[in-house]
Order: sequence, then C-alpha cells, then structure tokens
Amino acid sequence: MKILIKNGHVVDPSQSLNATADILVEDNRIAQVAPHIHVACDREVDASGLTVIPGLVDVHTHLREPGYEAKEDIVSGTQAAAHGGVTTVACMPNTHPVVDTSIVLSGIQERAARQAWAHVEVIGAITKGSQGKELAEMGDMAAHGAIAFSDDGHYVSSARMFLLAAQYAKGIHKPLISHSLDEELNTQGFMHEGVVSAHLGIPGVASVAEDIAVARDCLIAQYTGAHIHIAHISTKGAVDIVRHFKAQGVRVTAEATVHHLTLTDEACAGFNTAAKVSPPLRSAEHVRALREGILDGTLDAIVTDHSPHAPEEKDVEFRFAPNGFTGLETSLGVVLTDLYHTGVMDLPTLVTKMSYAPAQLFGLSGGTLRPGAAADITLVDLNREWTVDSHYFYTRGKFTPFEGKKCKGQAVATMLSGKFVMENGKVLCN
Amino acid sequence: MRCTTSLYGKDVLDVSALTLADIDLIFQTADRMKKRLKQKIKKSSYLKGKAIINLFYEPSTRTRTSFELAGKYLGADVINFTTSASSLLKGESFRDTLLTLQSMHCDAVILRHPVEGAAAFAARELSPVVINAGDGAHAHPTQALLDLFTLREKGLRLNGLKMVIVGDILHSRVARSNIALWTKYGADIHVCGPGSLLPHDLAALGVTVHDHIEDALKDAYVINALRIQLERQQKGMFPSPREYARLFGITDQRLKLAKPGAVILHPGPLNRGLEIAWETAYNSQSAVLQQVENGVAIRMALLALTLKGENLDENFD
Repeated sequence: MKILIKNGHVVDPSQSLNATADILVEDNRIAQVAPHIHVACDREVDASGLTVIPGLVDVHTHLREPGYEAKEDIVSGTQAAAHGGVTTVACMPNTHPVVDTSIVLSGIQERAARQAWAHVEVIGAITKGSQGKELAEMGDMAAHGAIAFSDDGHYVSSARMFLLAAQYAKGIHKPLISHSLDEELNTQGFMHEGVVSAHLGIPGVASVAEDIAVARDCLIAQYTGAHIHIAHISTKGAVDIVRHFKAQGVRVTAEATVHHLTLTDEACAGFNTAAKVSPPLRSAEHVRALREGILDGTLDAIVTDHSPHAPEEKDVEFRFAPNGFTGLETSLGVVLTDLYHTGVMDLPTLVTKMSYAPAQLFGLSGGTLRPGAAADITLVDLNREWTVDSHYFYTRGKFTPFEGKKCKGQAVATMLSGKFVMENGKVLCN
Repeated sequence: MRCTTSLYGKDVLDVSALTLADIDLIFQTADRMKKRLKQKIKKSSYLKGKAIINLFYEPSTRTRTSFELAGKYLGADVINFTTSASSLLKGESFRDTLLTLQSMHCDAVILRHPVEGAAAFAARELSPVVINAGDGAHAHPTQALLDLFTLREKGLRLNGLKMVIVGDILHSRVARSNIALWTKYGADIHVCGPGSLLPHDLAALGVTVHDHIEDALKDAYVINALRIQLERQQKGMFPSPREYARLFGITDQRLKLAKPGAVILHPGPLNRGLEIAWETAYNSQSAVLQQVENGVAIRMALLALTLKGENLDENFD
C-alpha cells in the first residue's frame, strides 16, 4: 500500500524542514520526503494549501480506563485524539485500580493495541495506589513498557519518598513526572488566589503552592541526577525556578498546558465549573511568563492534560466540581488561534512543542516525518474557521472552557501508522 | 394605578445586578413595610397564596427567622427546609433537591448555602424566584441592603464617606456584598483585619487596606465589625481570641478615633468581648438592633417586589 501526500507545506523540526514537499507513505512507514515525488501509488492525497506535520504527541492525558468509563475510555479518548490531530497520547495512571503494577499496565496496552485510534503510551504510578507511602514496582512496569512514572493528581508530599523515587527511577532510566503543588496549600483552594477569587469569595490556591513544590522537585533532580519532568506548570515562579535549574545543567524538563497558555482565572467568573482545573487557571502575568518559558526553551512541551468527566459530575456547585476538562479536540485549534495566528510562535516552534519535543523527552518514536518513522501524520488547514462545540466531540467529557470559542486552524486529516483515522472532521470507522 | 415593577420575577443573587433605581424602589417599599410592622396587625394578605421555601444548608436562626417572618407578615406560606451541607455529598444532589421543591409549586426559594455560587446555580435550575440568603464567602445581598437602609435612616449619604470594615474579610460574604454595594455609591472604603484573614488581592476590590485598627478607624463615619468565627482560630488562622480583641476589637476607646456619632454595624450574632467590646455592642452609636429590625422590612420588600411586582396599595400601611 502506497499513499502519496502531495504539495503540502511540510513542517518537520526533526529534519529542519519547513517547505512544500511530497511525502510517500509505504505500508505503515514514511518512505520518502522530497520536493517532488513521482511514483505509482494506491492513493494520492492533494495537500495543496494544507500544512503537513508529524502527528501531535500529547504526553499528558487521562483516558480513565479502567474504572472511570463514565468519563472516558480508551476508544472514546483515542477517537478524540484522532479528531484533534493527535497520534500519540500518554495516559496517566490515576485510574481504578491505579496503574501501579505491570498487569494493569499491560491490560491498557493490550486494549489500546486492539481498539485505539492513536498510539497509547502508559505512565505508571510512582507509589502504590498513588498514596505517596510505598514505591510502586517501577522496574517491572518499565520492563513492560511504562514510559515514565507519576502520581499525577497528587503531589508526592513526602520529600523522603520523592527522593527515594528519584534515586530508584534514575537506576531504571525513566523520568518521574511530578504534579508539583504543595498539597496542604493546594487542598485549601478551588481556583487561583487572586483578584477574581477575592471577588467571588472562592478560597484560592496561592501561586506559591506550586513554586514551593517545583523548587523541591528541582532540588531533588539536582541532587539525584534523575530526570524529573514537571507537569502542567502554571506560575511565573515555577517557570523562573525551572529556568534557573536548567541553566545549572539539571535534568529537569517541563510542560505547560494549552489552557494555562491561553486562559486566565477570569474564565471562572460566573462560577463556571468548566474552567475549574488543577493547577488553576491563573492571572495574565502568569500566562505571559508561561509563553516566555515556551519560547526560551524553559518549557519543553505543550500538553492538554485532557481530563474528561461525566457531565453530571461537572454540572454542580463550583466547589464540588472535579478538576479538569477535555482538551484533545481543541488543543491544535486553540494553539493555532491564540499563539500562532497572533504571532506568539511560529509553526516550527508549535510542532516542536506539541509533537517532536515531547516524543524526545520520553523516548517515543513519534514526532517526526523522517523516512523509516511510523507514518503518523496530521494535515492541517491553518485558515479553517470553526467554533468549538462539544456536541461534535468524540470524548465523553463535554465540558471545556473553550466552548463557543471561535478558532482559526484545524486538523483536517489524521494518519496513524499509514492509515487515515480521521478525515474532514470525521473519525473513520473501519 | 398599578404597574409591574422592575424586580418582578427576578432572582436576587448579589447586589451587583441591582441598579440604583432598583435599590431606591426596595428602600421605598421597605419604608412602608416598616410602618406596617409597627401597626397593631402586622399581617397582611399581600402575598396570600404564595409559597416560599427557606432552603438552608447552613445553620442559621437569625436570617431564617427574618425571612420566615417577612413572608408570614405578608400572608405567604413559608416552609423551612433545613439540611446540612454534608448531606449534599451523600444522598440527593443539590439539583435534585431544587427540582423536587420546584415540582411542589413554590414561588420562591430563599437559599442559604456554604458554597460560593450555589445561588447562581439554583437560579439556573429553577423557575421560582431565588433569593440568596448567603452563599459561602461570596454574597449576602439582603444583609448589604439592610445595612445600607439602616445608614440611610441615620441620614448618611455614602458618596466620599469613609467606611471601615473590620475583621475576617477572607471568609465574609457580608464584607464582599457591602464593598460591592458601597462602591456603587462612591464610598471611600477601608478594611482592616489580621493579614491571615484578608484575601490576597484585596486592594483590587478598590478598598484601602490597613494593618492597624487605629488608622482604619480614624475619621470614619461607619464601622462595620464582622463576626469572628472561633473555628478559624482552631484552624490556626489567628493566634487567639484574646489577641484578636486586643489588636482589632472595637472598643469605646477606639471609637473616639472615628467621627463623632460614627455608626457601628454588625451582622450578628455578636461575640461580645471579641470583635466588639461588651459596652460598645449596644452603645448609642451601635445600630445592631436597628439592623435586625430593618432586616425584616427589607426582606418583606424584596419578597413583595419579586413575587407580586406591583406597587403597594396606598392603604397598605
């Protein structure tokens, strides 16, 4: 099977490519990338006017299976990924049961291999049950393909436990991903502590709750030499701290979410539970700092922290609503609209942060269009105008603070290992 | 001639949605309610046939009684539905409770709830009128209205006037609603309290923040002392009631710093000897009992205006 994608504008930072080119896909791999390819093929796709990028790699998602299938499962979550132009998702272990043993991990991998519409990489738990008390069998999980370890949703509050985890993880050559928020400060609040919370009377989460935790984690990375990746950085202080430690050569990496880069705590006005998330949406000065961090390389990746919840769980009083919302189907459109079309970042940077760099951070094979790589390709119409409408989402999580947002730019086709899984906004069922 | 008033069928969730004309109308109506309250027969049949539910998820005797009497004086049927916030998390969801009450054909729900935004949530779900009787630390519009009504009776106009709020601003819906309401009238609002009980970005609300009670009180015309919840001390948010009283308590001595005749407001119930000294609580400058009286009149006015929405008959009072 040969598919030729012709005349697209190819943006592939892995080979410093930013030009019109043809891409030949043979079976499930990329065979050739060249200005003009003339070859007999089974299908020719005219990508004139479109931008062709490596499929997006989202290293922070929640697929909710096993245990929370009312929120999402592997099928709905990966269909959402395909819809959004994402070809690889890494899923967090805060399922039920928690992914803290290799058998649970393998179960997810097996289901994903049979059912998924995207490559699914699994992140294991750092501690048993993500309780922060005893180390989980990270070595066994690593042997079965865990790409990293995280107690995401919880900070590993005990410095002793996190230090032990870092020492252990270094020995098995896997990164730890830290949900860095001081737990005691964090659990007091429900949104960013700032002007909006002062108005609404909602108890706030101080930005220092994150700064303190990120500082500790960076110090432990420095002390142990382990690779520690800071999840969803949301504060100016945390960006400054990571920048400082990176300059010292410490193996710390970091990500920012689409929503922390584009929204502020104003989104919570009117007690909008769709905007309730942890860490919380913060004020404009923090958003500015995050964007600077992305551009100067302090922040390595842009992720969604796709966290679907069942509608009835989010449609309650603000304080009782669970944190998080869906993101896989809005990430590219929102980033193109608010960061690319506004001139904050160019396309190579966007593709680097949303595809190439995250794949590199965790040793994944995606994020590149180099010959020989899996043919994970996203075709993007940079100028397509559309409005976010959760009715058209494939995810079960219908709450998003971007509901109704007018976007410019969208994935129009997604190819996974040489097969189109989404075309013209429709996920393809075999 | 009867005409429908601007508040008919409206929810009262916080003061920010009220126009100055709405507030004038509420106060004019409350004046007449107050007259009626002083008559031999207080009860009228103005809201006869209307059903009002006091839905209280927090213990409250004063506000609940005030609303209950306000409804009953106007001839409405008033039911108290008191439950605890913890039951929210166990059994029936908040929405289910609301929809159940709605199906019983009530005309108004008076809601007291420990969570910010609960009144707005209820208003989205319900067609009956929702009156917010306090939602978490967010808003307490009837308290703010009765406070302002009391100040009006004292002959005060707020524009440029130095007003001071003292105490636990962080957890206070009364403070937030008063700041919002007083701001509409151009008051010069000052606040003072322990740093650990002040919101982080408090100044952004347009108020001047003081560390020392003496600076806050100097030349003030109105002093609003807030109730200190002792559980805050148990949670470690301030060192001791004794130290609080020393640093922030309103005393006759400190009152001398304010303008002569400055009015003391307190939403009650009082912790005498803590946020306000024993002898100061009911001194000649204290409006505390007048506030309670006006609370009934204001709540009668709101129920009348939102549920019937006609100008009162000239024979009403």
